[in-house]
Amino acid sequence: MPEPESDIIDQVVSQDYKYGFSTNIEMEMASIGLSEETVRYISKKKNEPDWMLEWRLKAYKHWLKLDEPKWQNFEYPKINYQEIYFYAAPKEKIKLDSLDQVDPELLKTFEKLGISLLEQKRLTGVAVDAVFDSVSIATTFKDQLREKGVIFCSISEALKEHPELVKKYIGSVVPQTDNYFAALNSAVFSDGSFVYIPKGVRCPMELSTYFRINAEKTGQFERTLIIADEGSYVSYLEGCTAPMRDENQLHAAVVELVAHEKAEIKYSTVQNWYPGDKEGKGGIFNFVTKRGLCEGAFAKISWTQVETGSAITWKYPSCILKGDHSVGEFFSVAVTNNCQVADTGTKMIHLGKNTKSRIVSKGISAGKSHNTYRGLVKVNKKAIGARNHTQCDSMLIGDRSGAHTFPYIEIGNKSAQVEHEASTSKIGEDQIFYCNQRGIGTEAAIGLIVNGFCREVLNQLPMEFAVEAQKLLAVSLEGSVG
Amino acid sequence: MLSIKNLSAEIDGKKILDGLELEIKAGEVHAIMGPNGAGKSTLSAVLAGRPEYVVTGGTVTYMGKNLLDMSPEDRACEGVFLAFQYPVEIPGVSTTNFLKTAVNQKRLYNGLEPMEATDFLKMMRQKMELVEMDKSLTGRSLNEGFSGGEKKRNEVFQMAMLEPNLAILDETDSGLDIDALRLVSNGVNKMRNTERSFVVITHYQRLLDYIIPDFVHVLYKGKIVKSGDKELAKELEVKGYDWIKNELEAAV
Ligand SMILES: Nc1ncnc2c1ncn2[C@@H]1O[C@H](COP(=O)(O)OP(=O)(O)O)[C@@H](O)[C@H]1O
Ligand SMILES: [Mg+2]
Repeated sequence: MPEPESDIIDQVVSQDYKYGFSTNIEMEMASIGLSEETVRYISKKKNEPDWMLEWRLKAYKHWLKLDEPKWQNFEYPKINYQEIYFYAAPKEKIKLDSLDQVDPELLKTFEKLGISLLEQKRLTGVAVDAVFDSVSIATTFKDQLREKGVIFCSISEALKEHPELVKKYIGSVVPQTDNYFAALNSAVFSDGSFVYIPKGVRCPMELSTYFRINAEKTGQFERTLIIADEGSYVSYLEGCTAPMRDENQLHAAVVELVAHEKAEIKYSTVQNWYPGDKEGKGGIFNFVTKRGLCEGAFAKISWTQVETGSAITWKYPSCILKGDHSVGEFFSVAVTNNCQVADTGTKMIHLGKNTKSRIVSKGISAGKSHNTYRGLVKVNKKAIGARNHTQCDSMLIGDRSGAHTFPYIEIGNKSAQVEHEASTSKIGEDQIFYCNQRGIGTEAAIGLIVNGFCREVLNQLPMEFAVEAQKLLAVSLEGSVG
Repeated sequence: MLSIKNLSAEIDGKKILDGLELEIKAGEVHAIMGPNGAGKSTLSAVLAGRPEYVVTGGTVTYMGKNLLDMSPEDRACEGVFLAFQYPVEIPGVSTTNFLKTAVNQKRLYNGLEPMEATDFLKMMRQKMELVEMDKSLTGRSLNEGFSGGEKKRNEVFQMAMLEPNLAILDETDSGLDIDALRLVSNGVNKMRNTERSFVVITHYQRLLDYIIPDFVHVLYKGKIVKSGDKELAKELEVKGYDWIKNELEAAV
């Protein structure tokens, strides 16, 4: 006889992480730990202007005064910042303009990740920036973008080529002093992507960055800055992976988006950092600050995230709806399995008149994992006619996982319309059996049911990434039922 | 095709099937009738391999193999199909997508390549005609917001797509109006052939005016207590199930 379903559900959560290899490459590292010297070292390595160094030092000094936040719905081992390398770069000099000069080991790594830069360059319409540990390795499609006036490069390069833009915008949405991890990032960020879309330009292709942590005991602190000038449009996607290591590694990124009048930024994330093993050993701490500012009227910022990796995911991609009639959206799928934790959601801050926001969050928890949605909808007293709709669905697989929802609503004027819908469901044994009866095995059935549950969010992703995300969802839940 | 011997099964410790016997040959249509709670759905669930049901005795041989040893999905891939009494909703998964997965899993099991998208869509169109199913249903989430009749038609449509050897229809007629009943029956009749067998479970004789069975069995308290041809169904219709109950009690 086949096994009873309860055992089956106990079994289905465990496929090995397929991106868990590391690349053997000579690295140049800052000395271990964090001090003012580390900050100066990084800034110097990158030949930064003085103002940038000062900016970093201000962040560092502020960080020293802060304590790690404690309000989250999980515990994690204390991070010893003196045991982390804050800067690691492949030793070889990298010429950013030419892929031919990139270390072949590195290119092989990206190929294993399924993002052959050369292939990307030739075949697909996606421009890629690849960040390996701390530095940006290559940006493809630069020429085509340049024709349109689009700037897409590493933030280090932007500091050299377009210092006035960086200076104007960096920290304008997430100040150095914003929070503990943002301050840390501001002090030590080593690279990341920079995007500028000029007035009225519709970016001709998807822009994409792939982040890869490789070196041991290394933190990744990238900083992404995207500016969409008036009436422009850009769709941007980030992906990420890391080797399997027994230690926890810290990823504390900052992403800032600025959308001017009538501009639109679509920011999609497929997050697949190493989640740790089945017992919860190792894995990435993904503590990220992401915020977008709808600066002008009719601006729109849309966050889409598919979070399947990391030991702990702790982030709230947010929108500040400053311009009248501006729109903020947040579409999220967070999957946790085994011992993973996710505490994620968004903040929609309505400042302008007739601003609108929409939140769709789908949390799936399997194994012994915990999945928390935490979201704030805040309507300022001047935000006449503001509207929000929040839909927050949780799905449980097995009976040892947890789903939690913390919606915070602060309303400063009576004209606001704020709606919140929430649901929790268990993946039904009758659903699984129905699939089984049609010849679909239990793992494939869970993949199918989960993908159906997330449909609304997956539909937001660009085609090719939606396919990738669907596979990733199925893989993340493999072994969660037998 | 199917040989059930002395089958007993329980759920949550409660005995439901109690020494059931049934022989079905290729190409035959067997109707199983019986009062509510007799164990009709239990029989279909046990044949399909629903894990909550525990088989406590007896054997089931399907096309020469021990059916009870197979996982539910393997039984399906071997050609056992169950049209559910209560079809399940799967939000966000379209019937098309669901069936594409099912058809290809079955092909994979049989060592075949996945079907080409165009061939699959062609097959969808043909089979939809068979049950006169509305095209718009296949794009919607599986069974979600479907009316009772639409759900049942969708079951028969799925049966047509999966081309089973043994199709078990569990009260596919209940909740159907006369037009829907005719459509569903036509679909089933068009699928009848010398290779394919059907077990048609129904509470009412009405369905058997449309799907003419070769044999009719009465299931009561977990056993087949009476078998006959289609006339038995008519007799039941007139005399009611109490007739069977009384007859059995008199025999004790
Ligand atoms: N989970 C369960 N626990 C105990 N008894 C059950 C359970 N499910 C069904 N039954 C009982 O099994 C008997 C047979 O049910 P079923 O096979 O659905 O009958 P039918 O389809 O002939 O109406 C009924 O008496 C029903 O109450
Ligand atoms: Mg029944």
